[in-house]
Amino acid sequence: MAHAPVLAVIDQTETKRRPPLDVVYEWVTTVDHKKIGLMYIAYALIFLLVGGFEAVLMRIQLAVPNNHFVSPQVFNRLFTMHGTTMVFFMGMPILFGFGNYLVPLMIGARDMAFPRLNAFSFWISAFGGALLYFSYLGGDGLYGMGSAPDVGWFAYAPLTAKVFSPGHSTDYWTLSILLSGIGTTGTALNIMTTTICMRCKGMKLSRMPLFVWLMVVTSFLVFVAVSPLTAAQIMLTLDRYLGAHFFDTQAGGSAVLWMHFFWIFGHPEVYILVLPAFGFISEMIPVFSRKAIFGYPAMVAASVAIGFISLSVWAHHMFTVGMGPAGNTFFVFSTMVISVPTGIKIFNWLGTLWGGKIIFKVPMMFSLAFMFQFLIAGLTGIMLSAAPFNWQLSASYFVIAHFHYVLVGAIVTALFGAFYYWYPKVTGRMMSETLGKWHFWLFIIGFHMTFDVMHVPGLLGMPRRIYTYEAGRGWDTLNLIVGIGAVFQTVGTLIFVYNMVRSYRHGELAGHDPWDAWTLEWATQSPPPAYNFAVEPTVRSRRPLWDLKHPEDQDENFE
Amino acid sequence: MMQTTSTIPISAQAETPWVLPSRGIVGMACLIIAESAIFLIFVVAYIYYIGRSLSGPTPAQVLELPILSTICLLSSSFTIHYAVGALRKDNVRGCTLGLAGTVLLGAIFLMMTAREWYHLIHDLGLTIRTNLFGTTFYSLVGLHASHVVIGLTMLTIALALSLRGSVTEKHAERLEVLSLYWHFVDGVWVVVFMVVYVLGR
Repeated sequence: MAHAPVLAVIDQTETKRRPPLDVVYEWVTTVDHKKIGLMYIAYALIFLLVGGFEAVLMRIQLAVPNNHFVSPQVFNRLFTMHGTTMVFFMGMPILFGFGNYLVPLMIGARDMAFPRLNAFSFWISAFGGALLYFSYLGGDGLYGMGSAPDVGWFAYAPLTAKVFSPGHSTDYWTLSILLSGIGTTGTALNIMTTTICMRCKGMKLSRMPLFVWLMVVTSFLVFVAVSPLTAAQIMLTLDRYLGAHFFDTQAGGSAVLWMHFFWIFGHPEVYILVLPAFGFISEMIPVFSRKAIFGYPAMVAASVAIGFISLSVWAHHMFTVGMGPAGNTFFVFSTMVISVPTGIKIFNWLGTLWGGKIIFKVPMMFSLAFMFQFLIAGLTGIMLSAAPFNWQLSASYFVIAHFHYVLVGAIVTALFGAFYYWYPKVTGRMMSETLGKWHFWLFIIGFHMTFDVMHVPGLLGMPRRIYTYEAGRGWDTLNLIVGIGAVFQTVGTLIFVYNMVRSYRHGELAGHDPWDAWTLEWATQSPPPAYNFAVEPTVRSRRPLWDLKHPEDQDENFE
Repeated sequence: MMQTTSTIPISAQAETPWVLPSRGIVGMACLIIAESAIFLIFVVAYIYYIGRSLSGPTPAQVLELPILSTICLLSSSFTIHYAVGALRKDNVRGCTLGLAGTVLLGAIFLMMTAREWYHLIHDLGLTIRTNLFGTTFYSLVGLHASHVVIGLTMLTIALALSLRGSVTEKHAERLEVLSLYWHFVDGVWVVVFMVVYVLGR
């Protein structure tokens, strides 16, 4: 196991203070995967705050019955913008930001396969997000017509037809999603090509870190799931601008076809968002349990299986449409089947924890919260997958609580953990553990106040998307608790933002490998230089840094 | 918190040769997968709406089999394949000829589509607004035609470069990437032809 002492750094040019315009120019024109990744993350964090602000406004409106904090029209815009922002302009960009930053580092490459395409993808996605919010200014097509989109995040036909949504707000929605779809597809193509063609010597597919594997599955899902949405948005644009009849029920068009097209995208989208989160967890749990991941091949197989099965479950969003017993039965079973590979993952994470020397740092605390919350989210998912149960609760707050459990309880929680875990790599400084623990507890307590309690009004019959409700239905106290939980989560998130800003200047210096981790990104400096690795690494096992630190106990003997 | 002299794992002794696939081809394959999904949705919409138009004209009344343009487009796959093969053997002249043939055949296809559309719109009054058939027909065939336009633009650039003499053997792989896209456009036409002109009529 020869590892001759090589220099870890090529050049150490003096970094002078440059004029701000130079810095801006450098960031705008950059094709470096790390800078683009960071821009993705920064842009997504801004949208996280915007989307979170919209959620808080909605919770204030719903905190007490018969409230008039916002008007019904504004409420419609709020939930549409909240959903669209969080899925398209927060969820996907932030995960692809992490993917952009980490995938080349983890596979020992110096950049992505197509750096300029990478920059193009980022900027077109960013432009899509800007376009969506420009609708607040430019949405009025006619006097008195709405400004921001108000058709809901899945924009069911025929509400989106020109007759029912005059003005330009729906066009802003369509075009911004179209642009974001192009950007996402470009980035997915890049990540896929990078992992196939840019791996360093010895980095076989069977040795790739699980995060990279999950990004590959995610990228594949983007190809086959985001493209249908792009196609459907093209159709909707043709309907609205050229008078085509795809979703025009007056001319024989089908509103249900839109539902199918949307959910063919919509359900795999959940997995596009959650698979990178699985990747974060699969990287963090072994490091903080001081054990190699349990059942690596089963984890990879389960990820690929989830990818494929997720393509056949979309119509469980449509049980109330009336697809007939055969269709219902198929989608009930396919939905239940997907819990098997997901269960394998939970089992393997538990297997990694079992007998490990668990270190309760903030990333690990978020990982454990993720496992618990994701399990509950999966269980309510299985409840909803049963068609008769779904008929009772479709479009109720039970569904809202279920998918926010996935999106916030699993994905956002894993993301927070990932921020604490990789922040030292990106900035060279640790985030504050004390503030991190405040963030963790406030956010988790707030999360459970909001989303545990939110199931109950759903069971009591509270439908989604209502802007207010009468007193005395048994929903009042519950909604108030839900609202108070939102305050806790907001405070937690603000502490997190403060922690990031503060640690950038005042955090403890991290060194290149603060967690004593095993994947290649920890082999280079923090922050990594533009060329990532001074020499191209060679890999002999799944844990190259373990091999380096323990010459007497090589991993390859056990794989 | 370990500190070692070398933090990057490297290995002096050479392992088995490490060869990875070409980026261009893998990237194009990914693009083709994504594009296929877009076409699939348009094809599904087309098939779903066959016979559901509330008013005429129907496909059987107005559509004619585009045999000649189909032959042109499909044979252009052979010419581009020939061009790539020629460039591999450093036969730049053959490559230029192959590219010229491809561009010509593609342009004929596009012109015949334009004539068909002119006939349908001008003489028969079928537009995208007329009925569901018009909606799905123009969007599916138009989506394909727009891909032909993109492919043809790139091929024309390649032809211009090769006429200028700046295409050499080392560009063979890039031309192959372009040819993959062109084969994909041809393959999609087979599907569109079967769905629109055979099944739909």
